[in-house]
Amino acid sequence: MASALGNPPISSGQRPRTGFPGLSGILLVITAVLMLVNLYLIFMVAPTDSVLGHVQRIFYFHVPIAIVSFVAFFVVFVASIGYLVTRKSRWDSVAHAAAEVGVVFVSLALLTGIVWARPVWGVWWTWEPRLTTTLILWLIYVAYLMLRSYVPNKSQGALYAAGLGIIGFVDVPIVYYSVQWWRSIHPSAVVGPLADSGALEPVMQWVLFFSLGVFLLLFLYLLLERMHLRNVEDRLSALRYASRMRG
Amino acid sequence: MRFFRPMATLVWKDLLLELRSRDIVVSALVFGLVVVVVFNFALQVSAERVAELAPGILWVAFAFAGTLAMSRAFVREREQGGFEGLLLAPVSRDAIFLGKVAVSFLFMLVIEAALLPVFAVLLNFTGFSLTLAAAILLATLGFATVGTLFSAIAVQTRSREVMLPVLFFPIILPVLIGAVEISGAAIGSGPESGVVTRWLPLLAVFDAVFLVICPWIFSIIVEE
Repeated sequence: MASALGNPPISSGQRPRTGFPGLSGILLVITAVLMLVNLYLIFMVAPTDSVLGHVQRIFYFHVPIAIVSFVAFFVVFVASIGYLVTRKSRWDSVAHAAAEVGVVFVSLALLTGIVWARPVWGVWWTWEPRLTTTLILWLIYVAYLMLRSYVPNKSQGALYAAGLGIIGFVDVPIVYYSVQWWRSIHPSAVVGPLADSGALEPVMQWVLFFSLGVFLLLFLYLLLERMHLRNVEDRLSALRYASRMRG
Repeated sequence: MRFFRPMATLVWKDLLLELRSRDIVVSALVFGLVVVVVFNFALQVSAERVAELAPGILWVAFAFAGTLAMSRAFVREREQGGFEGLLLAPVSRDAIFLGKVAVSFLFMLVIEAALLPVFAVLLNFTGFSLTLAAAILLATLGFATVGTLFSAIAVQTRSREVMLPVLFFPIILPVLIGAVEISGAAIGSGPESGVVTRWLPLLAVFDAVFLVICPWIFSIIVEE
Protein backbone atom coordinates (compact mmCIF):
# COMPACT_ATOMS: atom_id res chain seq x y z
CA MET A 1 0.00 0.00 0.00
CA ALA A 2 2.60 2.52 1.14
CA SER A 3 4.98 1.68 -1.66
CA ALA A 4 2.33 2.35 -4.28
CA LEU A 5 1.23 5.59 -2.66
CA GLY A 6 4.87 6.68 -2.46
CA ASN A 7 5.01 6.70 -6.23
CA PRO A 8 1.79 8.26 -7.41
CA PRO A 9 1.33 8.92 -11.12
CA ILE A 10 -0.18 12.30 -10.25
CA SER A 11 2.46 14.73 -9.02
CA SER A 12 1.40 16.33 -5.78
CA GLY A 13 -0.05 19.82 -5.88
CA GLN A 14 -0.97 19.55 -9.52
CA ARG A 15 -4.63 19.26 -10.38
CA PRO A 16 -5.25 16.14 -12.45
CA ARG A 17 -6.67 16.74 -15.89
CA THR A 18 -10.44 16.72 -15.86
CA GLY A 19 -11.26 16.97 -19.52
CA PHE A 20 -12.64 20.44 -18.75
CA PRO A 21 -9.41 22.31 -18.04
CA GLY A 22 -10.09 25.64 -16.44
CA LEU A 23 -13.73 25.65 -17.47
CA SER A 24 -15.09 24.92 -14.01
CA GLY A 25 -12.81 27.57 -12.50
CA ILE A 26 -14.15 30.22 -14.88
CA LEU A 27 -17.69 29.00 -14.20
CA LEU A 28 -17.12 29.27 -10.45
CA VAL A 29 -16.04 32.92 -10.70
CA ILE A 30 -18.90 33.86 -13.04
CA THR A 31 -21.48 32.03 -10.90
CA ALA A 32 -20.20 33.58 -7.68
CA VAL A 33 -20.32 37.11 -9.09
CA LEU A 34 -23.74 36.64 -10.65
CA MET A 35 -25.06 35.08 -7.45
CA LEU A 36 -24.10 38.22 -5.53
CA VAL A 37 -25.87 40.32 -8.17
CA ASN A 38 -28.82 37.98 -7.90
CA LEU A 39 -29.01 38.46 -4.12
CA TYR A 40 -28.89 42.22 -4.61
CA LEU A 41 -31.68 42.08 -7.17
CA ILE A 42 -33.84 39.85 -5.00
CA PHE A 43 -33.48 41.85 -1.78
CA MET A 44 -32.96 45.39 -3.07
CA VAL A 45 -34.46 45.75 -6.55
CA ALA A 46 -37.47 43.45 -6.63
CA PRO A 47 -40.53 45.25 -5.25
CA THR A 48 -42.08 44.01 -2.01
CA ASP A 49 -45.22 42.02 -2.68
CA SER A 50 -48.28 44.05 -1.75
CA VAL A 51 -50.16 41.08 -0.30
CA LEU A 52 -47.51 38.70 1.01
CA GLY A 53 -44.77 41.12 2.04
CA HIS A 54 -41.13 40.14 2.27
CA VAL A 55 -41.92 36.43 2.57
CA GLN A 56 -42.64 36.47 -1.13
CA ARG A 57 -38.93 36.94 -1.87
CA ILE A 58 -38.28 33.28 -1.16
CA PHE A 59 -40.13 32.77 -4.44
CA TYR A 60 -37.02 33.93 -6.33
CA PHE A 61 -35.07 31.07 -4.77
CA HIS A 62 -37.77 28.45 -4.63
CA VAL A 63 -39.00 28.53 -8.24
CA PRO A 64 -35.55 28.53 -9.93
CA ILE A 65 -34.29 25.79 -7.60
CA ALA A 66 -37.34 23.64 -8.35
CA ILE A 67 -36.97 24.19 -12.10
CA VAL A 68 -33.26 23.37 -11.94
CA SER A 69 -33.99 20.12 -10.11
CA PHE A 70 -36.39 19.09 -12.88
CA VAL A 71 -33.70 20.00 -15.42
CA ALA A 72 -31.26 17.83 -13.45
CA PHE A 73 -33.55 14.81 -13.57
CA PHE A 74 -34.11 15.37 -17.26
CA VAL A 75 -30.32 15.29 -17.65
CA VAL A 76 -30.30 12.00 -15.70
CA PHE A 77 -32.93 10.63 -18.08
CA VAL A 78 -31.06 11.65 -21.24
CA ALA A 79 -27.69 10.50 -19.90
CA SER A 80 -29.21 7.16 -18.83
CA ILE A 81 -30.46 6.54 -22.35
CA GLY A 82 -27.07 7.65 -23.65
CA TYR A 83 -25.34 5.17 -21.36
CA LEU A 84 -27.59 2.25 -22.27
CA VAL A 85 -27.11 2.95 -25.98
CA THR A 86 -23.37 3.71 -26.06
CA ARG A 87 -22.06 2.10 -22.83
CA LYS A 88 -19.61 4.98 -22.47
CA SER A 89 -18.81 5.64 -18.82
CA ARG A 90 -18.90 9.38 -19.42
CA TRP A 91 -22.71 9.18 -19.81
CA ASP A 92 -22.91 7.26 -16.57
CA SER A 93 -20.79 9.90 -14.91
CA VAL A 94 -23.13 12.65 -16.13
CA ALA A 95 -26.20 10.74 -14.92
CA HIS A 96 -24.70 10.05 -11.50
CA ALA A 97 -23.53 13.63 -10.99
CA ALA A 98 -26.83 15.11 -12.20
CA ALA A 99 -28.79 12.81 -9.88
CA GLU A 100 -26.75 13.81 -6.86
CA VAL A 101 -26.95 17.52 -7.58
CA GLY A 102 -30.63 17.09 -8.47
CA VAL A 103 -31.38 15.51 -5.09
CA VAL A 104 -29.71 18.46 -3.35
CA PHE A 105 -31.77 20.92 -5.40
CA VAL A 106 -35.05 19.11 -4.98
CA SER A 107 -34.44 18.90 -1.21
CA LEU A 108 -33.87 22.65 -1.18
CA ALA A 109 -37.00 23.18 -3.28
CA LEU A 110 -39.04 21.16 -0.78
CA LEU A 111 -37.55 22.98 2.20
CA THR A 112 -38.00 26.47 0.76
CA GLY A 113 -41.52 25.46 -0.28
CA ILE A 114 -42.35 24.37 3.26
CA VAL A 115 -40.97 27.60 4.71
CA TRP A 116 -43.00 29.57 2.21
CA ALA A 117 -46.22 27.60 2.58
CA ARG A 118 -46.47 28.19 6.32
CA PRO A 119 -47.01 31.99 6.24
CA VAL A 120 -48.76 32.05 2.85
CA TRP A 121 -51.10 29.06 3.03
CA GLY A 122 -51.18 28.63 6.80
CA VAL A 123 -49.93 25.04 6.61
CA TRP A 124 -46.51 23.50 6.28
CA TRP A 125 -47.59 20.99 3.73
CA THR A 126 -50.55 20.15 1.53
CA TRP A 127 -50.98 17.10 -0.69
CA GLU A 128 -51.37 19.23 -3.77
CA PRO A 129 -50.23 17.71 -7.12
CA ARG A 130 -47.07 19.73 -7.56
CA LEU A 131 -45.92 19.25 -3.97
CA THR A 132 -46.74 15.57 -3.96
CA THR A 133 -45.01 14.99 -7.30
CA THR A 134 -41.92 16.79 -6.04
CA LEU A 135 -41.89 14.63 -2.92
CA ILE A 136 -42.21 11.48 -5.03
CA LEU A 137 -39.38 12.76 -7.25
CA TRP A 138 -37.25 13.16 -4.15
CA LEU A 139 -38.05 9.59 -3.07
CA ILE A 140 -37.30 8.15 -6.52
CA TYR A 141 -33.91 9.81 -6.82
CA VAL A 142 -32.90 9.08 -3.24
CA ALA A 143 -33.66 5.44 -4.09
CA TYR A 144 -31.54 5.95 -7.23
CA LEU A 145 -28.55 7.02 -5.15
CA MET A 146 -29.16 4.18 -2.66
CA LEU A 147 -29.25 1.70 -5.52
CA ARG A 148 -25.91 2.97 -6.80
CA SER A 149 -24.25 2.51 -3.45
CA TYR A 150 -25.81 -0.89 -2.71
CA VAL A 151 -24.82 -2.69 -5.90
CA PRO A 152 -21.45 -4.35 -5.29
CA ASN A 153 -20.49 -4.55 -8.96
CA LYS A 154 -19.86 -1.09 -10.36
CA SER A 155 -20.69 -1.62 -14.04
CA GLN A 156 -23.82 -3.50 -13.04
CA GLY A 157 -24.78 -0.64 -10.74
CA ALA A 158 -24.42 1.79 -13.63
CA LEU A 159 -26.78 -0.29 -15.77
CA TYR A 160 -29.38 -0.64 -13.03
CA ALA A 161 -29.20 3.05 -12.24
CA ALA A 162 -29.69 3.88 -15.91
CA GLY A 163 -32.80 1.72 -15.96
CA LEU A 164 -34.18 3.49 -12.91
CA GLY A 165 -33.20 6.87 -14.37
CA ILE A 166 -35.43 6.17 -17.37
CA ILE A 167 -38.38 4.61 -15.52
CA GLY A 168 -38.30 7.25 -12.81
CA PHE A 169 -38.55 10.07 -15.32
CA VAL A 170 -41.29 8.43 -17.37
CA ASP A 171 -43.23 7.93 -14.15
CA VAL A 172 -43.24 11.62 -13.19
CA PRO A 173 -46.06 12.83 -15.49
CA ILE A 174 -48.17 9.79 -14.54
CA VAL A 175 -47.69 10.61 -10.85
CA TYR A 176 -48.57 14.23 -11.50
CA TYR A 177 -51.83 13.48 -13.29
CA SER A 178 -52.90 10.77 -10.90
CA VAL A 179 -52.35 13.03 -7.90
CA GLN A 180 -54.21 15.81 -9.68
CA TRP A 181 -57.21 13.56 -10.24
CA TRP A 182 -57.02 12.24 -6.73
CA ARG A 183 -56.98 15.81 -5.39
CA SER A 184 -59.81 16.98 -7.61
CA ILE A 185 -61.95 14.25 -6.05
CA HIS A 186 -60.97 15.22 -2.51
CA PRO A 187 -60.64 18.98 -2.90
CA SER A 188 -58.19 20.46 -0.45
CA ALA A 189 -59.23 23.23 1.90
CA VAL A 190 -56.10 25.15 1.08
CA VAL A 191 -55.97 27.01 -2.18
CA GLY A 192 -52.71 28.62 -3.17
CA PRO A 193 -53.14 32.33 -3.77
CA LEU A 194 -50.48 32.23 -6.46
CA ALA A 195 -51.97 29.22 -8.18
CA ASP A 196 -54.09 31.24 -10.58
CA SER A 197 -52.71 34.77 -10.38
CA GLY A 198 -50.70 34.36 -13.54
CA ALA A 199 -49.55 37.93 -14.08
CA LEU A 200 -46.33 38.89 -12.35
CA GLU A 201 -45.09 42.43 -12.33
CA PRO A 202 -42.46 42.92 -15.09
CA VAL A 203 -39.64 43.64 -12.63
CA MET A 204 -40.50 40.54 -10.64
CA GLN A 205 -40.54 38.45 -13.79
CA TRP A 206 -37.19 39.83 -14.82
CA VAL A 207 -35.62 39.09 -11.44
CA LEU A 208 -37.08 35.59 -11.55
CA PHE A 209 -35.54 34.85 -14.94
CA PHE A 210 -32.19 36.24 -13.86
CA SER A 211 -32.28 34.06 -10.76
CA LEU A 212 -33.17 31.02 -12.86
CA GLY A 213 -30.18 31.67 -15.10
CA VAL A 214 -27.85 31.97 -12.12
CA PHE A 215 -29.11 28.77 -10.55
CA LEU A 216 -28.70 26.97 -13.87
CA LEU A 217 -25.07 28.13 -13.93
CA LEU A 218 -24.66 26.92 -10.36
CA PHE A 219 -26.08 23.56 -11.39
CA LEU A 220 -23.68 23.34 -14.32
CA TYR A 221 -20.74 24.18 -12.07
CA LEU A 222 -21.73 21.59 -9.45
CA LEU A 223 -22.33 19.02 -12.17
CA LEU A 224 -18.85 19.50 -13.64
CA GLU A 225 -17.23 19.45 -10.20
CA ARG A 226 -19.08 16.28 -9.21
CA MET A 227 -18.05 14.60 -12.46
CA HIS A 228 -14.47 15.62 -11.80
CA LEU A 229 -14.69 14.24 -8.27
CA ARG A 230 -16.04 10.95 -9.56
CA ASN A 231 -13.19 10.82 -12.02
CA VAL A 232 -10.75 11.21 -9.15
CA GLU A 233 -12.60 8.56 -7.12
CA ASP A 234 -12.31 6.13 -10.03
CA ARG A 235 -8.60 6.81 -10.37
CA LEU A 236 -8.11 6.35 -6.65
CA SER A 237 -9.89 3.00 -6.60
CA ALA A 238 -7.90 1.93 -9.67
CA LEU A 239 -4.68 2.87 -7.85
CA ARG A 240 -5.77 1.01 -4.73
CA TYR A 241 -6.60 -2.03 -6.81
CA ALA A 242 -3.25 -1.87 -8.59
CA SER A 243 -1.36 -1.52 -5.32
CA ARG A 244 -3.17 -4.49 -3.83
CA MET A 245 -2.32 -6.55 -6.90
CA ARG A 246 1.33 -5.63 -6.50
CA GLY A 247 1.12 -6.73 -2.87
CA MET B 1 -44.48 -19.73 -30.91
CA ARG B 2 -40.75 -19.32 -30.32
CA PHE B 3 -41.69 -16.63 -27.87
CA PHE B 4 -44.60 -18.18 -26.00
CA ARG B 5 -43.26 -21.72 -25.59
CA PRO B 6 -40.27 -20.72 -23.40
CA MET B 7 -42.46 -18.31 -21.52
CA ALA B 8 -45.04 -21.02 -20.80
CA THR B 9 -42.29 -23.41 -19.76
CA LEU B 10 -40.92 -20.84 -17.36
CA VAL B 11 -44.36 -20.20 -15.86
CA TRP B 12 -44.99 -23.92 -15.52
CA LYS B 13 -41.61 -24.42 -13.81
CA ASP B 14 -42.34 -21.75 -11.20
CA LEU B 15 -45.89 -22.98 -10.63
CA LEU B 16 -44.64 -26.53 -10.12
CA LEU B 17 -41.99 -25.34 -7.67
CA GLU B 18 -44.62 -23.40 -5.79
CA LEU B 19 -47.11 -26.28 -5.78
CA ARG B 20 -44.46 -28.48 -4.18
CA SER B 21 -43.09 -26.03 -1.65
CA ARG B 22 -46.01 -23.60 -1.21
CA ASP B 23 -43.72 -21.28 0.70
CA ILE B 24 -44.12 -18.05 -1.32
CA VAL B 25 -47.91 -17.87 -1.52
CA VAL B 26 -48.49 -19.13 2.01
CA SER B 27 -45.99 -16.81 3.65
CA ALA B 28 -47.24 -13.79 1.68
CA LEU B 29 -50.82 -14.71 2.53
CA VAL B 30 -50.15 -14.92 6.25
CA PHE B 31 -48.25 -11.65 6.06
CA GLY B 32 -51.20 -10.01 4.27
CA LEU B 33 -53.54 -11.21 7.01
CA VAL B 34 -51.28 -9.81 9.70
CA VAL B 35 -51.26 -6.45 7.90
CA VAL B 36 -55.07 -6.39 7.83
CA VAL B 37 -55.34 -7.25 11.53
CA VAL B 38 -52.70 -4.71 12.55
CA PHE B 39 -54.42 -1.98 10.56
CA ASN B 40 -57.72 -2.84 12.15
CA PHE B 41 -56.28 -2.03 15.58
CA ALA B 42 -54.03 0.82 14.50
CA LEU B 43 -56.87 2.71 12.79
CA GLN B 44 -59.70 1.47 15.05
CA VAL B 45 -61.94 0.60 12.15
CA SER B 46 -65.51 1.14 13.31
CA ALA B 47 -68.58 0.22 11.30
CA GLU B 48 -69.24 3.72 10.00
CA ARG B 49 -65.65 4.24 8.87
CA VAL B 50 -65.23 0.93 7.04
CA ALA B 51 -66.12 2.28 3.62
CA GLU B 52 -63.67 5.12 4.11
CA LEU B 53 -60.73 3.06 5.41
CA ALA B 54 -61.21 -0.35 3.84
CA PRO B 55 -59.85 0.41 0.32
CA GLY B 56 -56.61 1.79 1.73
CA ILE B 57 -56.08 -1.13 4.09
CA LEU B 58 -56.92 -3.59 1.33
CA TRP B 59 -54.36 -2.18 -1.08
CA VAL B 60 -51.62 -1.71 1.48
CA ALA B 61 -52.06 -5.37 2.41
CA PHE B 62 -52.02 -6.42 -1.26
CA ALA B 63 -49.00 -4.30 -2.07
CA PHE B 64 -46.96 -5.46 0.93
CA ALA B 65 -47.83 -9.12 0.39
CA GLY B 66 -47.06 -8.64 -3.31
CA THR B 67 -43.58 -7.21 -2.76
CA LEU B 68 -42.86 -10.09 -0.40
CA ALA B 69 -43.93 -12.66 -2.99
CA MET B 70 -42.05 -10.96 -5.83
CA SER B 71 -38.79 -10.62 -3.97
CA ARG B 72 -38.96 -14.24 -2.79
CA ALA B 73 -39.47 -15.39 -6.38
CA PHE B 74 -36.12 -13.93 -7.43
CA VAL B 75 -34.27 -14.87 -4.26
CA ARG B 76 -35.15 -18.48 -5.03
CA GLU B 77 -33.70 -18.18 -8.53
CA ARG B 78 -30.56 -16.63 -7.18
CA GLU B 79 -29.92 -19.08 -4.36
CA GLN B 80 -29.94 -22.04 -6.72
CA GLY B 81 -28.04 -20.24 -9.48
CA GLY B 82 -31.09 -20.74 -11.67
CA PHE B 83 -31.05 -17.24 -13.03
CA GLU B 84 -27.67 -17.69 -14.70
CA GLY B 85 -29.03 -20.82 -16.32
CA LEU B 86 -32.05 -18.91 -17.61
CA LEU B 87 -29.89 -16.19 -19.10
CA LEU B 88 -27.65 -18.76 -20.77
CA ALA B 89 -30.62 -20.50 -22.37
CA PRO B 90 -31.26 -19.58 -26.02
CA VAL B 91 -34.42 -17.72 -25.14
CA SER B 92 -35.19 -14.05 -25.68
CA ARG B 93 -34.89 -11.87 -22.59
CA ASP B 94 -38.41 -10.58 -23.20
CA ALA B 95 -39.76 -14.11 -22.84
CA ILE B 96 -37.89 -14.55 -19.56
CA PHE B 97 -39.14 -11.24 -18.26
CA LEU B 98 -42.75 -11.72 -19.31
CA GLY B 99 -42.69 -15.27 -17.94
CA LYS B 100 -41.59 -13.89 -14.59
CA VAL B 101 -44.27 -11.19 -14.78
CA ALA B 102 -46.89 -13.84 -15.48
CA VAL B 103 -45.77 -15.90 -12.49
CA SER B 104 -45.80 -12.92 -10.14
CA PHE B 105 -49.19 -11.90 -11.53
CA LEU B 106 -50.64 -15.34 -10.86
CA PHE B 107 -49.14 -15.57 -7.37
CA MET B 108 -50.48 -12.17 -6.46
CA LEU B 109 -53.93 -12.97 -7.85
CA VAL B 110 -54.06 -16.13 -5.72
CA ILE B 111 -53.02 -14.15 -2.66
CA GLU B 112 -55.58 -11.42 -3.38
CA ALA B 113 -58.36 -13.88 -4.11
CA ALA B 114 -57.72 -15.54 -0.75
CA LEU B 115 -57.34 -12.28 1.18
CA LEU B 116 -60.39 -10.48 -0.23
CA PRO B 117 -63.11 -12.73 1.27
CA VAL B 118 -61.35 -12.85 4.64
CA PHE B 119 -61.02 -9.12 4.48
CA ALA B 120 -64.68 -8.63 3.56
CA VAL B 121 -65.73 -10.78 6.50
CA LEU B 122 -63.42 -9.16 9.02
CA LEU B 123 -64.38 -5.62 8.05
CA ASN B 124 -68.03 -6.36 7.22
CA PHE B 125 -68.51 -5.22 3.68
CA THR B 126 -69.64 -6.95 0.52
CA GLY B 127 -66.97 -6.09 -1.94
CA PHE B 128 -67.60 -8.43 -4.83
CA SER B 129 -68.21 -6.52 -8.01
CA LEU B 130 -66.98 -6.46 -11.58
CA THR B 131 -65.47 -3.04 -11.01
CA LEU B 132 -63.38 -4.26 -8.13
CA ALA B 133 -62.31 -7.33 -10.11
CA ALA B 134 -61.23 -5.12 -13.03
CA ALA B 135 -59.28 -2.86 -10.70
CA ILE B 136 -57.57 -5.82 -9.09
CA LEU B 137 -56.62 -7.34 -12.45
CA LEU B 138 -55.24 -4.11 -13.91
CA ALA B 139 -53.45 -2.96 -10.77
CA THR B 140 -51.94 -6.38 -10.16
CA LEU B 141 -50.62 -6.46 -13.73
CA GLY B 142 -48.94 -3.10 -13.13
CA PHE B 143 -47.54 -4.29 -9.79
CA ALA B 144 -46.18 -7.48 -11.36
CA THR B 145 -44.56 -5.68 -14.32
CA VAL B 146 -42.75 -3.00 -12.33
CA GLY B 147 -42.12 -5.32 -9.39
CA THR B 148 -40.48 -8.00 -11.52
CA LEU B 149 -38.02 -5.53 -12.98
CA PHE B 150 -37.14 -4.08 -9.58
CA SER B 151 -36.88 -7.43 -7.84
CA ALA B 152 -34.49 -8.59 -10.58
CA ILE B 153 -32.44 -5.48 -9.73
CA ALA B 154 -32.88 -5.61 -5.96
CA VAL B 155 -31.82 -9.23 -5.69
CA GLN B 156 -28.34 -8.22 -6.88
CA THR B 157 -27.92 -5.55 -4.20
CA ARG B 158 -26.55 -5.87 -0.70
CA SER B 159 -29.76 -5.10 1.18
CA ARG B 160 -32.29 -6.66 -1.15
CA GLU B 161 -35.18 -6.71 1.33
CA VAL B 162 -35.02 -2.93 1.67
CA MET B 163 -34.22 -2.08 -1.92
CA LEU B 164 -37.32 -3.60 -3.50
CA PRO B 165 -39.92 -1.56 -1.56
CA VAL B 166 -37.78 1.59 -1.74
CA LEU B 167 -37.57 1.34 -5.54
CA PHE B 168 -41.04 -0.08 -6.07
CA PHE B 169 -43.45 2.09 -4.08
CA PRO B 170 -42.60 5.58 -5.40
CA ILE B 171 -42.87 4.34 -9.01
CA ILE B 172 -46.06 2.36 -8.46
CA LEU B 173 -47.83 5.17 -6.60
CA PRO B 174 -50.22 6.10 -9.47
CA VAL B 175 -51.45 2.50 -9.65
CA LEU B 176 -51.95 2.42 -5.91
CA ILE B 177 -53.95 5.66 -5.98
CA GLY B 178 -56.08 4.42 -8.87
CA ALA B 179 -56.71 1.04 -7.26
CA VAL B 180 -57.74 2.64 -3.97
CA GLU B 181 -60.07 5.11 -5.71
CA ILE B 182 -61.81 2.43 -7.77
CA SER B 183 -62.10 0.09 -4.79
CA GLY B 184 -63.57 2.94 -2.75
CA ALA B 185 -66.21 3.49 -5.40
CA ALA B 186 -66.88 -0.24 -5.67
CA ILE B 187 -67.20 -0.76 -1.92
CA GLY B 188 -69.54 2.17 -1.63
CA SER B 189 -67.64 5.13 -0.27
CA GLY B 190 -66.94 6.57 -3.69
CA PRO B 191 -68.43 10.03 -4.11
CA GLU B 192 -69.25 9.63 -7.79
CA SER B 193 -69.38 6.98 -10.46
CA GLY B 194 -67.10 9.05 -12.69
CA VAL B 195 -64.26 7.73 -10.55
CA VAL B 196 -64.31 4.36 -12.24
CA THR B 197 -64.47 5.58 -15.83
CA ARG B 198 -61.66 7.95 -15.05
CA TRP B 199 -59.28 5.62 -13.24
CA LEU B 200 -59.66 2.34 -15.09
CA PRO B 201 -58.22 3.86 -18.30
CA LEU B 202 -55.34 5.35 -16.33
CA LEU B 203 -54.51 1.94 -14.89
CA ALA B 204 -54.65 0.47 -18.40
CA VAL B 205 -52.38 3.23 -19.73
CA PHE B 206 -49.94 2.69 -16.90
CA ASP B 207 -49.85 -1.05 -17.57
CA ALA B 208 -49.31 -0.47 -21.29
CA VAL B 209 -46.47 2.03 -20.73
CA PHE B 210 -44.67 -0.23 -18.30
CA LEU B 211 -45.27 -3.40 -20.31
CA VAL B 212 -43.33 -1.67 -23.09
CA ILE B 213 -40.55 -0.04 -21.05
CA CYS B 214 -39.81 -2.71 -18.44
CA PRO B 215 -39.02 -5.63 -20.79
CA TRP B 216 -36.82 -3.33 -22.83
CA ILE B 217 -34.87 -2.17 -19.78
CA PHE B 218 -34.69 -5.69 -18.38
CA SER B 219 -33.22 -7.09 -21.59
CA ILE B 220 -30.56 -4.37 -21.62
CA ILE B 221 -29.50 -4.22 -17.99
CA VAL B 222 -29.54 -7.86 -16.98
CA GLU B 223 -26.24 -9.35 -17.92
CA GLU B 224 -24.15 -11.88 -16.15
